[in-house]
Amino acid sequence: MKDKAALTHFLLERIKAIAPDSDTDDLDPDEDMRDELDLDSMDFLRLLESIAKQLNINIPEMDYNKITTLNTMVSYLSERQSSL
Amino acid sequence: MDVPIIHKDLKKFSLTPNLTDYHRCYQSFSWTQARANIKGYGKGINIAFEAVDRHVEEGHGEQHALIWLGKKGDRQTYTYTDLKAVSNRFANLLVKLGVKQGDRIFSLAGRTPQLYAAILGTLKMGGVFCPLFSAFGPEPIQSRMTIGDASILVSSLKLYKKKVAAWQKQLSTLKHVLLYDCEGQCPEGCIDLDSQLPQADDQFTVCETSEETPALLHFTSGTTGKPKGAVHVHNAVVHHKHSGFYALDLHPGDRYWCTADPGWVTGTSYGIIAPLCNRVTLIVDEAEFDPERWYQILEQEKVNVWYTAPTAIRMLMKVGEALIQQYNLSALRFLASVGEPLNPEAVTWSQRVFGKPFHDNWWQTETGGIMLANFAAEPVKPGSMGRPLPGIHAAIVSINEQGQLTEVKQHGEIGELALKPGWPSMFRDYLHEAERYQKCFNADWYLSGDLAYEDHDGYFWFVGRSKDLIKSAGHLIGPFEVESVLVEHPAVAEAGVIGIPDEVAGEVVVAFVALKPGFNANDELTTALMAHARKKLGSAVAPRAIHIKDNLPKTRSGKIMRRLLKARTLGLPEGDISTLESDEHPQQNMQNSGDKA
Repeated sequence: MKDKAALTHFLLERIKAIAPDSDTDDLDPDEDMRDELDLDSMDFLRLLESIAKQLNINIPEMDYNKITTLNTMVSYLSERQSSL
Repeated sequence: MDVPIIHKDLKKFSLTPNLTDYHRCYQSFSWTQARANIKGYGKGINIAFEAVDRHVEEGHGEQHALIWLGKKGDRQTYTYTDLKAVSNRFANLLVKLGVKQGDRIFSLAGRTPQLYAAILGTLKMGGVFCPLFSAFGPEPIQSRMTIGDASILVSSLKLYKKKVAAWQKQLSTLKHVLLYDCEGQCPEGCIDLDSQLPQADDQFTVCETSEETPALLHFTSGTTGKPKGAVHVHNAVVHHKHSGFYALDLHPGDRYWCTADPGWVTGTSYGIIAPLCNRVTLIVDEAEFDPERWYQILEQEKVNVWYTAPTAIRMLMKVGEALIQQYNLSALRFLASVGEPLNPEAVTWSQRVFGKPFHDNWWQTETGGIMLANFAAEPVKPGSMGRPLPGIHAAIVSINEQGQLTEVKQHGEIGELALKPGWPSMFRDYLHEAERYQKCFNADWYLSGDLAYEDHDGYFWFVGRSKDLIKSAGHLIGPFEVESVLVEHPAVAEAGVIGIPDEVAGEVVVAFVALKPGFNANDELTTALMAHARKKLGSAVAPRAIHIKDNLPKTRSGKIMRRLLKARTLGLPEGDISTLESDEHPQQNMQNSGDKA
């Protein structure tokens, strides 16, 4: 899944699975999704673990806070997949 | 697990700890002596005066009281003089709005400077402050503000619109809503705090509150019924100052970072009151947990004393040691942890990577302050909660079926952890619920509800909770509150909520529900239930997984047997099931809300 649109769709689905109450339609892709969608640190941890598992990649914990917006997450995952 | 004791060498301390000989200090301590360290105000005693104005009067006005680090990289500093002025402004604003002594002022706010001004300003004018956690959903907020007869709410425009505006009219006691971060968009009927506060006078005569005047209201969860509002009084400041001095080893001028949010009791007692009373500089970070940012803060702000929680420590452990090597953390002198028992591995890890252990301590919303602690100069037994603070009489007790209490004298024998009432920060009531308050006591002991044992050196070890309460990421969650929201959903007939062990959060909330006739278990319904629970309860309280069952195990009186749900989920022995009347018949184990969707 290297196409950014497909990645975005995939990420929004993952977010919905963790936090089905979240209104992802109005999510500003450049804002911190934890604030925008009321995700606490446990939600965010579970989100990244689920993404890593589904994409079969490793996301080091050190990188978690570099990918808190939808856009940075998409770019990051796109790069990680390219480098596989 | 038998983990070696961590011994200390007093010669290696750069600064002599406040407590160097536990037994001598414990034996010679008196509350009269602790009270003498409190200046008092006029004929009374006032927490905010002790925390702020006193230091200005004594010539320390130019010392930094608070360094605020914003999410987006901004940094603001407040001296004790600044904090005195801004809290005076807030007190004046409340008086102008007609707020009276004893009125309850609630906050639903992030860690912003306005929150600190609001708490201290409220205490100065004799109001009672009640902080709420900003990650709560509308339901816990509404129930707490209703029980607490809230007359004022301090919040941000964003939080207010999302979590309060829709139901505000149902709360007849609420007179004013003060909002920050409105940026010119303050809704009609609300007050723009950012424009009103600077206009208020920065001179204020502090209220001469008495020792027993209520000051703080902190909500905590019960296994049954609504949340309980623990009332604390101004005299609590005696213990706040004393415990900050001994248990956190605070010295004047220390740079101190308590990572707890003031929406919980730790963030107020030890994020604001105790450290300010000990004249330290508070570091306040607005942002959420972020390992790199945290180590940067420790380095750049030269933090000496760091008070955090097991969940955060375990997350830092996951990130690993390589990151730590990049920072100069040599200013760190004392590390402490609270919220849930700190596992021994985390203590030995910190000893290895920071060169000093995390010192676990124990207390509760009801105790108002630290009761048991591992001390700076004393040996640390990894996994133990430590020993009673000077002035605190703790014991392990057992209660027989007739309700008679006896002290357990045998070391290592498990019983309920109990405390002898009389310390100044003990709660004075559950608001409007005198009966529930009385139930916390037996034969002149306060019963903590925690099971523990005492070893031959007088160290206490946590074993479990005697009730069904859940501790997730350090936050106490009452199953009843979560169950009540689940059964509000049209498809749900009954719900049982338990905590299951989690390697990072300690426990996570898991719900079991049985459906009403006409509803079928499927993925869409589980997702809808998750959405419903999160929307009403907020991410901090909502279950992380919901399982649909045909029926839930119940007693003859119809009480759901959470204990049995837990034993079955964890594959543990079911124990005594003689009271079981109606059992479950698993229909379908539904998805975990996240990974398996």
